[in-house]
Amino acid sequence: MDALPWARLQFAFTITYHYLFPQLTMGLALLLVVMKALALRTEDERWNDLARFWGHVFALNFAVGVVTGIPLEFQFGTNWARFSTAAGGVVGFTLAMEGLFAFFAESTFLGLFLFGEKKLGPRGHFFAAFMVFAGSWLSGYFIIVTNAFMQHPVGYARSPEGVFSLADFETYVFNPWAIWEYTHTMTAAVITGAMVVASIAAFWLLEGKYTAHARAALRLAVVAGLVAAMLQLFPTGDRQGKLVAEYQPIALAAMEGKFESTARAEMAIIGQPNVEERRLENPIVVPGVLSFLAYGSFGATVVGLNDAPRDEWPDNVELLYFAYHIMVGIGTLLFALLGLAALLLWRGTLHRTRPVLWMLMLAFPFPYIATTAGWTTAELGRQPWIIYGLLRTSQGSSTSVAAGDVAFTTIGFMGLYLLVGILFIVLFLRQIARGPLPLPETSPAHSAA
Amino acid sequence: MHAIWFAMLSSMLTAYAVLDGFDFGAGVVHLFVAKTEEERGRILAAIGPFWDGNEVWLVASGGVFFFAFPRAYAAAFSGLYLPLVIVLWLLVLRGLSIEFRSILANPLWRSGWDTVFSVASSVMALVLGVALGNVIRGVPLGNDGTFHEDLFAIAGPAVGAIDPFTALYGLFALCALAAHGATFVLWKTEGALAVRSRKAARILWIITFVLGAVVMGSTALSQPTFLDHLVARPWLWPMPAWTITAAAITLRSLATHREGHAFAGSCGFLASLLLTAAGALYPTILRSTIDEAYTLDSTNAGSAPAALGVALGVTLFALALAVSYFVYLFRAFEGKVRSADTSRIH
Repeated sequence: MDALPWARLQFAFTITYHYLFPQLTMGLALLLVVMKALALRTEDERWNDLARFWGHVFALNFAVGVVTGIPLEFQFGTNWARFSTAAGGVVGFTLAMEGLFAFFAESTFLGLFLFGEKKLGPRGHFFAAFMVFAGSWLSGYFIIVTNAFMQHPVGYARSPEGVFSLADFETYVFNPWAIWEYTHTMTAAVITGAMVVASIAAFWLLEGKYTAHARAALRLAVVAGLVAAMLQLFPTGDRQGKLVAEYQPIALAAMEGKFESTARAEMAIIGQPNVEERRLENPIVVPGVLSFLAYGSFGATVVGLNDAPRDEWPDNVELLYFAYHIMVGIGTLLFALLGLAALLLWRGTLHRTRPVLWMLMLAFPFPYIATTAGWTTAELGRQPWIIYGLLRTSQGSSTSVAAGDVAFTTIGFMGLYLLVGILFIVLFLRQIARGPLPLPETSPAHSAA
Repeated sequence: MHAIWFAMLSSMLTAYAVLDGFDFGAGVVHLFVAKTEEERGRILAAIGPFWDGNEVWLVASGGVFFFAFPRAYAAAFSGLYLPLVIVLWLLVLRGLSIEFRSILANPLWRSGWDTVFSVASSVMALVLGVALGNVIRGVPLGNDGTFHEDLFAIAGPAVGAIDPFTALYGLFALCALAAHGATFVLWKTEGALAVRSRKAARILWIITFVLGAVVMGSTALSQPTFLDHLVARPWLWPMPAWTITAAAITLRSLATHREGHAFAGSCGFLASLLLTAAGALYPTILRSTIDEAYTLDSTNAGSAPAALGVALGVTLFALALAVSYFVYLFRAFEGKVRSADTSRIH
């Protein structure tokens, strides 16, 4: 086996695993700011207790996010040396800015947020929460700009040797692809944060403990989740889809399992792509909808895979197709669940409607699955390019690294991350069990035994 | 423009080595100067508010390296493949040990993480030294701008990341960071822990200075260009004087119980040493041991000067902001750590 598939597997594994943590911390960061703002406005201590509880969950997730994030930046150099040589002068800029502007702020103010509540006072503590939020959301933007360049390269110049350099900073940083990818990703992070908060609140209500705190948390989570879920579908998801249709039509065809080019193109609800025979098996389709979603007109022609050169097809059409459908399917179901919960909340009966509480309690894995599927769609849709249309993935890997070395480190990462996952779950469950926290005289988590 | 970015990257890496160096060093001496679980908790509480921010200097330096000198970044990290990935694993384990240890009160849990913390920190210190040794020794860069090194080569024609020369650097880094860390622990703690840290710091500094002389001697003998640059560049001359002054201040302050000064001296010693090395290395980033023509320097490995020029202002602004955060953080958490309770700034 060649080193390339190992290198791809290693990046896919480490980044997918890593992103399980930041999506919660970025979503929670916003909710923490809202909690602290509500505490300031209403002087209701419940919001401070909840902020403290979720602050500790945030800290645990943040720690795992940090340690699993560092390997990613260096993996560009280890496994993707040719990509780094060619594109470092562009994508390195946003990675550097992420460290300089976002991570320093985040690490500084998180310490103050976690340990400085008494010293900073209510306003200072709100400010610390806000800076943690600003740092984490800024870091997300820099990463998305980096990815957006690989999806839809803009603002660059290229030397005769094929080396990219930044020609126009503004165009690069405000890549339209980045704007919609970012808003789509961040609303997804808010849904993850809201669904996790809702899940724990529903759990407390079903168990009949901390009910006053749980009702407040549930209200916040359902409202925030519903707003985010609406933005998720429209405009962010819609605009993201139109960008894919415009700039990556082949990826769109693969996402929909569409082989023939047609006008009034159908959207597949269900069906299994048979790439060998170039058809969708057992399809249930809605005619015209794909044309409308992609180009705003039911009659528009959508290009199928048959009309694209075979060597420009995404190399895993099946996984791409299912990842996309899982994302859309779960996104729709979450929207429906949050809509139902919001309706009951408005009628004032949510806290005693046990079936819906059960659903909310058990639904927390689904935003993670949808987000992972969404990123799988984005990254598989980009294939076979590492920089869309300009540099192939097969031209980006390191030439001086043997397959055995990459296999060794890939397996090593898997083993290490399995251990990290087990420890995380143990500690996470313990933190959940502690419940909302009153402001301690000395923090019980850290006092000497 | 390339010279400015070379200087900026060297300064950021130096800041990383000095800052993360003290928490690595605290890890190296962790099991030796702290005997009880409470004392070990206090060491972790002392580095608790800082270590994550310290490590951001590595991430930020990595980003700047990637952006400013992409060819050298790609060559170095793919060429030093295994040492680098092992560093990443150690950083994961080390970060977890700091963050996870104090969440549970179980003594077995805590002693396990204490060991992970100490071992990972020690190996990290060694590897950082080996990495510096590789940069100074040079690597077998070919005409395609890449190289491959085995993890180690004790003898024979194969080139390893770890050979006697780089191992000497590793040993020096281990001792220097251990001394630096012991000085930090001394500065931040009191009681029996501080007494043992002072003793450890004094012994470790003596070993560090002796080893330092050996390292400099072997570098001067095996890397003549290094010495030539040093002699030919008058702007570098104050640096060695700084190094010696800082070393003297450190030893003197340890003897006279001025712990803050000792730590400042320790920081100054490491910083001036690393900046001297960077100044003597310039413009080389990765020297080819095969042919000087293949050497990657700040010009042939650098990004387009126009882009670097535009990015300079925003980068300097961000650096100033980062420095101000650190000043604030060190003030917010000033003074001795009196208990293993990290919530002490309430």
